[in-house]
Amino acid sequence: MDRPIRVVVAKPGLDGHDRGAKVVARALRDAGMEVIYTGLRQTPEQIVEAVIQEDADCLAMSILSGAHNHLFPKVVNMLKERGVEDVLVVGGGVIPEDDIPGLLEAGIAAIFTPGTPTSLTIDFITQNIKK
Amino acid sequence: MDIKAGLLKGDKRAAARLITLAENGDEEAVRIIRECYHLTGKARIIGITGPPGAGKSTVTDRLAKLLRMQDKKVSIIAVDPTSPFTGGAILGDRVRMNDLSTDPGVFIRSMGTRGALGGLSKAAHDAVRILDIFGSDYIFIETVGVGQSEVDIVKLADTVVMVMVPGLGDDIQAIKAGIMEIGDVFSVNKSDREGAERTAVELEMMLDFNKSSDFRPEVINIVARDNQNVDKLLEAIEKHWEYLCTKSNYQDRKRNSIHTEIISLINQYIITSIQKNNHSNLIQSMVEKVLKKELDPYSAAIEILQSVPIITTVQHDN
Repeated sequence: MDRPIRVVVAKPGLDGHDRGAKVVARALRDAGMEVIYTGLRQTPEQIVEAVIQEDADCLAMSILSGAHNHLFPKVVNMLKERGVEDVLVVGGGVIPEDDIPGLLEAGIAAIFTPGTPTSLTIDFITQNIKK
Repeated sequence: MDIKAGLLKGDKRAAARLITLAENGDEEAVRIIRECYHLTGKARIIGITGPPGAGKSTVTDRLAKLLRMQDKKVSIIAVDPTSPFTGGAILGDRVRMNDLSTDPGVFIRSMGTRGALGGLSKAAHDAVRILDIFGSDYIFIETVGVGQSEVDIVKLADTVVMVMVPGLGDDIQAIKAGIMEIGDVFSVNKSDREGAERTAVELEMMLDFNKSSDFRPEVINIVARDNQNVDKLLEAIEKHWEYLCTKSNYQDRKRNSIHTEIISLINQYIITSIQKNNHSNLIQSMVEKVLKKELDPYSAAIEILQSVPIITTVQHDN
């Protein structure tokens, strides 16, 4: 069906750096997606509720605080607990190479680190949404 | 997922999915809404409108919180503009409502306008209906930031709250036609700023001058960020509701809005049946004829309408 892809962009955790998230949000917008921007310092509960109420196709989270190993898997697990299995979850931010395999294992579909061209993120989302 | 059963049970995922289907023009959405139409009409529908940056989302957030203290079930539809160039959108109203989003008695949905020009989205009507069936006591619809003429909200809401801010212009702005005419309650937000009193006085003067209705909208100065006077704003909203209930106005208002909706559905069905039945060749040949001045566009449109069997082609799965 020809419809806009809906993406929730969220910043879990306590860092106040949302420039990357805003750049990605803007790029997704320009690629014709509907971006639900939820802002800074989101709890996993708030993110899961936003994904459900907005009926999102994709959740894109950004963390620059170093809490990614804790927060990314937590959100994925909470979505599973709520029976939400058809949402593509991707992550971004300053994430060490060594942490990436573990996050992929935990159910994050892809991790985009600084320097990733936005076109790569756009293509990944377009090709991998599950609905 | 059985969407209809879920919706009737008040399941947020079902409501969310059904709104998506309605937004995407899926016939399943129309089917479910038709089957549940008799359940609509229980929710109070409150429109929040005003210029960009006036604080519509914050006002909505604060009003919703007051209603939650009375244990009312609240839904919020927040509309932001879709890009006319890419079809994309940044829907950012949730940012002001974050602590509401985990409240089990609150449902928030962001929508892009997707080409609609009246300050709402195309599927806003359906979304209101869905959230009414879902069991909301109050449904807030926050329009896009409006300029002077985006007045569609008036056809959808019981009460329209106009959120203004100081410093947007002089008293001539206040007496212009358009959005200034549709408010049932006026609030001057950010009224800790310079010029708030003057804005309020100008609004009062504009309203005093308006003799066309026996309801005189109130003007409330608020600071939504600090929760100042938001309770007074809610009182004014309730007063307007009492007025609607005591007069025949409410029925009139509903009658008008049903009339508008039926007409717009007829329009939509005609367009759909022309598109569905692949009359593009016919339209194309008319274009050529008009181009060569063999025909004028008025006659071309009538000729196309005459050749399309509208009723039989509209999907009607009774």
